[in-house]
Amino acid sequence: MKRLLILLLAALLLRPALAAERVDPAADLKAFQTYFHARFPHVPPADFVNGPYAMDAGMRAQWQQIMQFPPYQFALDHGKELFAAAFPNGHHYADCLPHGGIGIAQNYPRFDPKTGRVVTLEIALNRCRVVNGLKKLKLTTGDMDDLMAYLTDRSHGRPVAVVVPDDPRARAAYERGKEYFYARRGQLNFSCASCHMQGAGRHLRGDVLAPALGLIASFPIYRSAWGSMGTVVRRFIGCNKQVRAVPQRADSEDYRDLEYFLAYMSDGLPVAGPGARP
Amino acid sequence: MANTILVRANADGGSTVVQALIRHPMDSGFVKDKSGKLIPPHYIEVLEFAHNGTVVLTALWGPAVSKDPFIKFSFKGGKKGDTLSISWIDNKGLKDSRTAAIM
Repeated sequence: MKRLLILLLAALLLRPALAAERVDPAADLKAFQTYFHARFPHVPPADFVNGPYAMDAGMRAQWQQIMQFPPYQFALDHGKELFAAAFPNGHHYADCLPHGGIGIAQNYPRFDPKTGRVVTLEIALNRCRVVNGLKKLKLTTGDMDDLMAYLTDRSHGRPVAVVVPDDPRARAAYERGKEYFYARRGQLNFSCASCHMQGAGRHLRGDVLAPALGLIASFPIYRSAWGSMGTVVRRFIGCNKQVRAVPQRADSEDYRDLEYFLAYMSDGLPVAGPGARP
Repeated sequence: MANTILVRANADGGSTVVQALIRHPMDSGFVKDKSGKLIPPHYIEVLEFAHNGTVVLTALWGPAVSKDPFIKFSFKGGKKGDTLSISWIDNKGLKDSRTAAIM
């Protein structure tokens, strides 16, 4: 019994050291992208950002019809106005962001060494609002997705350039995001990978499942099922509900870390936001 | 309501294909808001397209049409440079209109 306890203790003490050695985002990235390229050899690498439209010709044809009049057009125009408008104190969103906020969406989410947490562009915009005496915007839909539509449009085509710096907190956040992606949850006991890796390209009722590679590169999206625009977090909440898991707060650490992982896995792919999905 | 209409018209041989996206809530009057109160009906009732002054399409819409409706149709005639005008009026009496050149 005592020997068993000693062995258990030794195993527990050794675990953190082993875990730190295992976190290798660059290797994960290579393996992740190689997996999808091997699984879908006829899909050009950049086309993965089109999700279901890269998987199914019929859906692509419908999408091209819809895109003659992008359903996110109103959100895009409104987002441009919102971004340019001054706060009551005279400052602008541009004052809080690098390069005035233009052409930076591909760098987010980023790790903030000051707070030790992942910051998504939505959260950065809200921080800007708070610093300038305004209330935060809802992270899921409304003015926030309109702003995001405009900012991602200004980065359209730029390769995703999310970085996991050599900081143990950043690597831990990345690892948490990765664990979230692969962990089963909810009454239906699915993980993100269940649908977006195993099920990629397959049908789920009337939908064609998008591969995890490039999955969030087209956000924010006008989703026909919603009849409106939404951010990545809006979809995370929806996905949680669909597997009958209890969704979390929109600004939860889990969602930030998951977005960090997913965006990093799409490094090199062109930003394709805003997007339109069924 | 202003600037709610996005339109594109393309002349193709003897006919013109028109596509329009209209920003409108198209509330049916049956949906409740978060506090449980019914959102009053607010939808486009009549939509009209005219080519060089002649009406080519009249749409009698109602609560069954969804938010931000999209319409696509074609009519005989029309050539590049002609004027296409669009106007709508809703059940609250609000309206918007716009003209565009056929491409």
